[in-house]
Amino acid sequence: MFKKILIANRGEIACRVIKTARRMGIATVAVFSEADRNALHVAAADEAVCIGPAAASESYLIAEKIIDACKQTGAEAVHPGYGFLSERESFPRDLEAAGIVFIGPNPHAIAAMGDKIESKKAAAAANVTTVPGYVGEISNPKDAVRISDEIGYPVMIKASAGGGGKGMRIAHDRSEVEDGFVAAKSEAASSFGDDRVFIEKFIVNPRHIEIQVLGDKHGNVIHLGERECSIQRRNQKVIEEAPSPLLDEETRARMGEQAIALAKAVDYDSAGTVEFVAGQDKSFYFLEMNTRLQVEHPVTELVTGIDLVEQMIRVAAGERLGFSQEQIRLQGWAVESRIYAEDPYRNFLPSIGRLVRYQPPAEGQSDGITVRNDTGVFEGGEISMFYDPMIAKLVTHAPTRQAAIDAQSQALDEFVIDGIAHNIPFLTALMQHERWQSGELSTGFIAEEYPDGFHVREPDDDALIVLVSVAAAIDNLSNERRREISDQMDGPEIRFARERVVRIDDQDTQILVEGASPGQISISWIDEDEVLGERVQLESNWWPGQAIWKGSVGDDDVAVQVRPVLNGYELSYRGTTLIAHVFTRLEAELDAMMPEKVAADMSNFLLCPMPGLLKFVHVAAGDKVQAGDQLAVVEAMKMENMLRAERDATIKSVNFAAGESLAVDEVIIEFE
Amino acid sequence: MNDITVELERRRENAKLGGGERRIEAQHKRGKLTARERIDLLLDENSFEEFDMYVEHRCTDFGMTETKFPGDGVVTGWGTINGRIIYVFAKDFTIFGGSLSETHAKKIQKIQDMALQNRAPIIGLFDAGGARIQEGVAALGGYGEVFLRNVLASGVIPQISVIMGPCAGGDVYSPAMTDFIFMVRDTSYMFVTGPDVVKTVTNEEVTAEQLGGASIHTTKSSIADRAYDDDVEALLQIRRLMDFLPANNLSGVPELPTRDPADRTEVSLDTLIPDNPNQPYDIKELITKVVDEGDFFEIQDLFAKNIVTGFARMEGRTVGIVANQPLVLAGVLDSDASRKAARFVRFCDCFEIPIITFVDVPGFLPGTAQEYGGLIKHGAKLLFAYSEATVPKVTVITRKAYGGAYDVMSSKHIRGDVNYAWPTAEIAVMGAKGAVEILYRSELDDPDKIAARTKDYEDRFANPFVAAERGYIDDVILPRNTRRRICRSLNMLRNKTVENPWKKHDNIPL
Repeated sequence: MFKKILIANRGEIACRVIKTARRMGIATVAVFSEADRNALHVAAADEAVCIGPAAASESYLIAEKIIDACKQTGAEAVHPGYGFLSERESFPRDLEAAGIVFIGPNPHAIAAMGDKIESKKAAAAANVTTVPGYVGEISNPKDAVRISDEIGYPVMIKASAGGGGKGMRIAHDRSEVEDGFVAAKSEAASSFGDDRVFIEKFIVNPRHIEIQVLGDKHGNVIHLGERECSIQRRNQKVIEEAPSPLLDEETRARMGEQAIALAKAVDYDSAGTVEFVAGQDKSFYFLEMNTRLQVEHPVTELVTGIDLVEQMIRVAAGERLGFSQEQIRLQGWAVESRIYAEDPYRNFLPSIGRLVRYQPPAEGQSDGITVRNDTGVFEGGEISMFYDPMIAKLVTHAPTRQAAIDAQSQALDEFVIDGIAHNIPFLTALMQHERWQSGELSTGFIAEEYPDGFHVREPDDDALIVLVSVAAAIDNLSNERRREISDQMDGPEIRFARERVVRIDDQDTQILVEGASPGQISISWIDEDEVLGERVQLESNWWPGQAIWKGSVGDDDVAVQVRPVLNGYELSYRGTTLIAHVFTRLEAELDAMMPEKVAADMSNFLLCPMPGLLKFVHVAAGDKVQAGDQLAVVEAMKMENMLRAERDATIKSVNFAAGESLAVDEVIIEFE
Repeated sequence: MNDITVELERRRENAKLGGGERRIEAQHKRGKLTARERIDLLLDENSFEEFDMYVEHRCTDFGMTETKFPGDGVVTGWGTINGRIIYVFAKDFTIFGGSLSETHAKKIQKIQDMALQNRAPIIGLFDAGGARIQEGVAALGGYGEVFLRNVLASGVIPQISVIMGPCAGGDVYSPAMTDFIFMVRDTSYMFVTGPDVVKTVTNEEVTAEQLGGASIHTTKSSIADRAYDDDVEALLQIRRLMDFLPANNLSGVPELPTRDPADRTEVSLDTLIPDNPNQPYDIKELITKVVDEGDFFEIQDLFAKNIVTGFARMEGRTVGIVANQPLVLAGVLDSDASRKAARFVRFCDCFEIPIITFVDVPGFLPGTAQEYGGLIKHGAKLLFAYSEATVPKVTVITRKAYGGAYDVMSSKHIRGDVNYAWPTAEIAVMGAKGAVEILYRSELDDPDKIAARTKDYEDRFANPFVAAERGYIDDVILPRNTRRRICRSLNMLRNKTVENPWKKHDNIPL
């Protein structure tokens, strides 16, 4: 076994690999760019080597620098993580030449699977089902119909030179094929100057399901079941799970066999993933093979109990796989959410800055529930513009899918992040989504369920009960505590009205708070006729200043995030964030008489949607613009974001020049 | 006997109606509460005891004998906020527009006298049209007596003013001499002379809001310490403020039990100071992570934002916080910031509230605007205030402490009790670049030499050790331990006793 390995990566995956290596008694070397000097993976490793400037192309992507770092530290092997150099065929070759072991597959396998066409050929040769289609040239509609008949409907007619949906037609029967063929051909000719088209099976509501394989250098390959990653946003996976709610034992076995066959065909000798597109009818077709550790590997680890990184290290060291296919058991269900530094309310624009608060839920195992958080950041750390905006991967495991989802919701509720925008509200909302809970997934899920993007979620009735109760509990504790202030006048103790009004979104709820101690209270709803209704018991050790109110409301354990605001609390629970005020009846009555404050009209301003660099300004004062016209470009996270006019207007002033740094909501342009 | 109680009940009901239903309705329509509603919100439930409910004016001119209302335009009395005694007067706009008569003024004076005699805070709620013109000089006399009492009580008991409607002419000077002024947005304004007079005299056209609204007084004039959206919001926040303030200058600060551990470490503070010395950071993150429960009551949040002032607690006991804000003008001291902080420091010193100072200051702001505006004397106010203060003073230098501004910001030399520095602290006459340009003027055309000189200077001074070697810094502490160290220091200083030489009063450069 190796004595020391180097991890040629950063962020959560570097930390994750270091954890396993440490457990195995292997010393670790981290590499870091100048921007990552204070990063968590640097602190976690035994040694760390700086490999250049912030840009990945000048540091993490340069093989020689990694090799130099190995030589400098005496690392015997390199784990590449995912991304960066992990699937670069030349990297293992370069390492080998330097006498360093690559903890990953052999370069031949990387090369074979790295090329889309080559990999499909290899798959076909290994009898792996690929999407049925006809790749040769099709000359007339008749041939098109014949071919489509053979493939089976529906089919997709695609321009060979195509892209972006141009020259693409979906046909459900012969007549649609005839029409579609002609239309696609002419569209292809006009769009690409190349009228060749091909036909393949169109998979309705496809799902993304992938098989984890594991091989050693002795010809053994096994599979560790599947992962479903159908919840994607613009081809970016958001939620993954294992197993898939679609598969049955038989389909799983067939997919597993095919994945193994393909892996064996290329002498695969590490952890890898064979990706399939699956139809709702459990048909499945090979998509591609990823010759590395996947981001979402933890869900497989939790259902199999196998540490994939450990296995990668062992097989790289020449060990045989320690178990056979028969010994692999999938137990329970695991769900993973990817927590990104992106603002779900602003079309998922990236967000950078200081993590003023970062308190993930407690990791560990209790009552059959496992919570795991793979992360590369820490409170007080920085989300920089240079790298992937992923903050953490939150994984929960439980005996059943529903229990794993519930545990994930709970864990997301307990995840506190301040200082940057993040997608936890969106993830939490997804967890509550009925269609997700029912397991009826497809890769179009997010586009179909959130066609206009994600918006602030209204709390449902159950959530409202929790929020009203928790707001009342917090208020009650604050009042009880104030009764303890020193320097009070002699005489009878002051008393607080136990009837309170909880105001959430202009909605008043009358309640009565009772209880012997502030940590244990009961709340009763009071109806319009002053009759006491439903009663809920609450218990919590919460104290002002704590970011999470954790405790029980009735029979449920809940975690509600609490951020004080003027005379109230901002509460976050189950993807909903709202402001609660708790008043006495008099306060509520008088507050209702206060005039509504109208927020300032900002439609005359172009606000900067994210912190970044103003790259270009396309307009000047006095210009007339039409809706949709380009106004300015803001660069953030290496992304150029085009800002366009939302309506016809005349530019009154431009407040910044290209090259200036902008904060979020800064007024770039004023309209007349 | 029974007749008397019936009569009492009738009078009481009558008095509570103030200027009558119609005027109460008009008051509500303006988005304002009545004087009694305001008091009910401000004080603990059923704790208000009203005095002088039946007082009426004695004016006989201009047909005033015909129009009399019990209470005469001001509601006065006392009650409690979380059990602690508070004296209060609230102008009643429904009676003669809340205007001040001789008897009206007498009611206020009575409450002022009681508050001072019994050493408890007094809160005035303003919503009035100024002097009652029918009374002429009698009203002016009334004002004068109120003013005098404001001055006598100053520094003995906290005096708070909340402007919840018009406050003009003679009415403005009583709030102006109290400790804090709060305003309600859109419904309140304060000025000495109103828009009409302004137009006649200077030909300027301004609205009442432009002349003296909350937006002006919180950002430009600094007359108001904070503004709130409406009456309810304002009054609930005053309740919150009073939990921080001592009853008087000898009572010591109130204590609010907390479970926030005194030894709580905040690892994230270790990375608060950016690697790049020119990059700002938010000093309020430090404040909220160090104080109890993150609870910080900021004073003058919208004025001179380059310095942050406000109240918080450590281990349940009130402290005053003064901190340079690197996010705004790099935290530089200018005239406004100096005045703002000086007044706050003096308030804390008056009322025995320990002062915690967080220092990251690049110096005083240069320029003609500042010098013509009297920066020397304004800066001197802060220096004076810190120097004369005898309360416990704990100082933490987080990054820059340059030049004279270093001395000003509660340094050891002006009786800072415990002065800490973070490892990132740089205590020097100026930044390395500026220093080298002066010291090595002859080498300025050789960038390599200058770079080497700059590095030398940085190595020598861009750290806390030069100051620590001289004892100007008591210790260099890890940022994460800031709360624990301050809590310990404050406990150690609990019985601090320092007396300034006897004097009638000092002569602070006003």
